[in-house]
Amino acid sequence: MAGSRGRFGMHGGQYIPETLMNAVIELERAYDHYKKDREFQEELKNLLEDYGGRPSRLYYAKKMTEDLGGAKVYLKREDLNHTGAHKINNVLGQALLAKKMGKTRLIAETGAGQHGVAAATAAALMGMECVVYMGEEDTRRQALNVYKMRLLGARVVPVKTGTATLKDAVSEAMREWTSRMDDTHYCLGSVMGPHPFPTIVRDFQAVISKEIKEQMLEKEGRLPDAVIACVGGGSNAIGSFYHFIQNKEVRLIGCEAAGRGIGTLETAATINTGRPGIFHGMKSYFCQDQFGQIAPVYSISAGLDYPGVGPEHAWLHDIGRAEYVPITDDEAVDAFEYLSRTEGIIPAIESSHAVAWAMKEVPKMRKDQIAVITISGRGDKDCAAIARYRGEDIKDE
Amino acid sequence: MSRTAEAFHNKKAFIPFITCGDPNLETTGKIVREMEKSGADLIELGIPFSDPTAEGPVIQGANIRALAGGVTTEKIFAFVRELRQDVKIPLVFMTYANVVYSYGTEKFAASCAEVGIDGLILPDVPFEEKEEFAGVCSQYGLDFISLIAPTSRDRIAMIAKEAKGFLYVVSSLGVTGMRSEITTDIGSIIQLIKENTDLPCAVGFGISTPRQAAEMAQWADGVIVGSAIVKLAGQYGKEAAGPVGEYVKSMKDAIR
Repeated sequence: MAGSRGRFGMHGGQYIPETLMNAVIELERAYDHYKKDREFQEELKNLLEDYGGRPSRLYYAKKMTEDLGGAKVYLKREDLNHTGAHKINNVLGQALLAKKMGKTRLIAETGAGQHGVAAATAAALMGMECVVYMGEEDTRRQALNVYKMRLLGARVVPVKTGTATLKDAVSEAMREWTSRMDDTHYCLGSVMGPHPFPTIVRDFQAVISKEIKEQMLEKEGRLPDAVIACVGGGSNAIGSFYHFIQNKEVRLIGCEAAGRGIGTLETAATINTGRPGIFHGMKSYFCQDQFGQIAPVYSISAGLDYPGVGPEHAWLHDIGRAEYVPITDDEAVDAFEYLSRTEGIIPAIESSHAVAWAMKEVPKMRKDQIAVITISGRGDKDCAAIARYRGEDIKDE
Repeated sequence: MSRTAEAFHNKKAFIPFITCGDPNLETTGKIVREMEKSGADLIELGIPFSDPTAEGPVIQGANIRALAGGVTTEKIFAFVRELRQDVKIPLVFMTYANVVYSYGTEKFAASCAEVGIDGLILPDVPFEEKEEFAGVCSQYGLDFISLIAPTSRDRIAMIAKEAKGFLYVVSSLGVTGMRSEITTDIGSIIQLIKENTDLPCAVGFGISTPRQAAEMAQWADGVIVGSAIVKLAGQYGKEAAGPVGEYVKSMKDAIR
């Protein structure tokens, strides 16, 4: 495989049309330059702190800990970031990089709308044009975020092809990038796609685990026993795991969206139900049929409703360093309600998948152990949908 | 000279594309035979993929219709075996990396060779990733076709030197689909390719009219047309063979 770049074991690579190759090569060169550039790093740090609100808090969830009766539970509060999710970490980095590269326009895909809102926010801040591709089905599920993106000055393009969800939004953003790359940066929202995106996005999200480590050492004087995060493409999870990968004693747990269950076709649990494939620029695990047709996956969570997973997660799974577990819609909705009632924190339905695992497994852990759950985003955007899930129709959605 | 390169021997080649199984394989069979009769020199057979990221709306639509009709990679191999009883011109598959990888790259290449396919085009496999496919293809005597885009610039020499069969020159930025005009300087791209290889160059993406085909054929050794034909297939359904044949004849005449 001479020349093939950006591999995580057998996964990753650059499976994209020739038309895009110089664009990703240009991006890789720029990134390699700026990641070592002190001025760039300083500028990004200031943005993350003064604009993004970093560092995010590591909160000891006392009531939840007492209620579950097992390990001590800490919550990494990415939901408190500006725009309400971890997505801003990546977007500020990429938008700044794009600006240094002379790009004037950002395009992005979005599932739940969190990445779209973050991209629209960064574009507004930096005076860039922004177009967000969003599955039509998701524009209905996440109407509030569509309005926010428009309010921020972005144009939202509803994607009607395929299942009209995140996968189709990614396909359409890639198509658009193929037609216009001179002035346009594709601000990919997760640790997926062709190299160098999985590496760039991971580096920008790794601030999460860097902070968890520092905060945990400060509060407890030791590392946690488990770090838990939800996985769609996997950006908040890789961000939460990254600085712990070398600390083998720390369990890394990625919670996949099982939808109505991994025994059904209505699931998006890629590592649990998929097999190796090549799609959206990368080799990784994908939900697909026996002839390699990508499966129309399903999850209640628009942000996890994706048939693939980032290549670094595929590799962490292959080498047994991280565990990937399925969480159903029902479990996630229970967790959404549980955290709201128990701690007064309404988590995103995506993050609720991680909370759900903790509800099942933390009671089995010892009291002298510590579990950190990344709350990747806030749940305001999900309230109307969860109310509907419970059979309640609230009008003001 | 490989069979795909032979399609360009002493003539400008006309290369039509059709999605297999749109709306069923029986119709595709009639269309392919009509294309050959009408002067096609090589045919690109598309194996449908659920999420074709390099295609515009027309070919995306054909992929959806074909998959909805129940076509599979397995059925397409059987279909080509049957075609080969009388269709003589070179045939290449155009599909996406996952269709091949998921079938098993080696098993796929072996089946291609067995049923009489001459080459493979994967638009989502660039030079950097080609070895895992091109290596197996050459083992089974298939040409793994390389693409060159308007953005390729300093990559042209590297790609051309390792190319097999012919070079697929992408005429424009963006995805497949008909365009009212093609603004890329195709002449200078082809000149650069020719400095690095003796293989023929065929231009595709966006070409739909005989005038555009004739214009491209000034520089290129062949012209590839997909969306314009797939649009006819969509429009006429099971009756598409006749109209497609007439269209192919008009395009071939324009580049003779």
